Amino acid sequence: MWNNTRRGWGLVSILLHWLGALAIIGLFALGWWMTGLDYYHRWYNLGPWWHLSVGMLLLLVTLVRLGWRFLQPTPQAQGQRLERLAAHLGHLGLYLLMLVVLISGYLIPTAEGQGIKVFDAFEVPALISGLPNQATLAGQVHWYSALALILLSVGHALAALKHHWVDRSDVLTRMVDPRRSRRP
Amino acid sequence: MIKKTAIATALAAAALLPLTQAQAADYAIDTEGQHAFIQFKISHLGFSYILGSFEEFSGSFRYAPENLEDAAANLEVDVASLTSNHAERDKHIKSDDFLAVGEYPTATFTSTGFAPSGDNEGVLSGELTLHGETNAIEMPVTLLGEGEDPWGNYRAGFEGSTTLVLADYGIDMSQFPEVMHELELYVTFEGIRQ
Repeated sequence: MWNNTRRGWGLVSILLHWLGALAIIGLFALGWWMTGLDYYHRWYNLGPWWHLSVGMLLLLVTLVRLGWRFLQPTPQAQGQRLERLAAHLGHLGLYLLMLVVLISGYLIPTAEGQGIKVFDAFEVPALISGLPNQATLAGQVHWYSALALILLSVGHALAALKHHWVDRSDVLTRMVDPRRSRRP
Repeated sequence: MIKKTAIATALAAAALLPLTQAQAADYAIDTEGQHAFIQFKISHLGFSYILGSFEEFSGSFRYAPENLEDAAANLEVDVASLTSNHAERDKHIKSDDFLAVGEYPTATFTSTGFAPSGDNEGVLSGELTLHGETNAIEMPVTLLGEGEDPWGNYRAGFEGSTTLVLADYGIDMSQFPEVMHELELYVTFEGIRQ
């Protein structure tokens, strides 16, 4: 139920996956909207407050997710050899992009040594600061990697739907239903 | 090996000497010892002021008490080194909304004249290039002190300030209140006589 098997994803992986998906889509939309806000807009400071708080929690969740991914068995890939290779590369790309987006985002407000407040509950300290033009460069990396992550995620979702509707495989249902991991 | 390097250095220095021929009145601004500051002060919506500074710059000046009309100063500022102790604000100030550091990474000041106006005081005029636009500015400056320092050099130090209208430099502040349309630039530095 909780753990992955070679046949399917356990509940922990499933929750981490969909929590990540929700947060990534929400953060992308919020980030896009808030960076275009007028200085006098009510959300000019509130937008980044939410974006940073959720983003730092997502960074934490993503690190847990990666640890869980390495500790647990991975359900078997399906399809032709080339399809499986493409799937592996695509998933690797998603993980790498998530890390790049999260880390580059973290490097923006911390560029001059200030920490990041998470819902005013605790503060993530600035570990790396003072790199040349850090905030500006990290900001550019953050935007382009976030865009790439969203595009690759759309491809990821389309592939899942294609496998579900066209190939009639269970790659999508096993990411929804943890009982699939316990099938004989 | 060390000896050879030393000789080569001495020869190279000797070869350069006639070119540089430093005069007694030439000073290098002491950015290495960080006895030099370029700061700005601008209103925040009329509530208070934002203070910031440029951390990376270099420059030199010429100053001889017996020949004040000959005084001159040159400065080159790395605009990307701007800081106001808030990374996200600095990123915004350096973005295309304001200073467009990517396109205009350097600001320069080249003096065109100096008019003494009293004891240890005068007005330095020159051309300031910022955000790709050049304007003639005047900056009242004061000699703060000069003399032998404890480490074997001769120093002279100044301060000066002036007001810049941001629109003159193609920086659009029209969405902000009138009080934010200009800023105060404050400069103080020590030079080490060369």
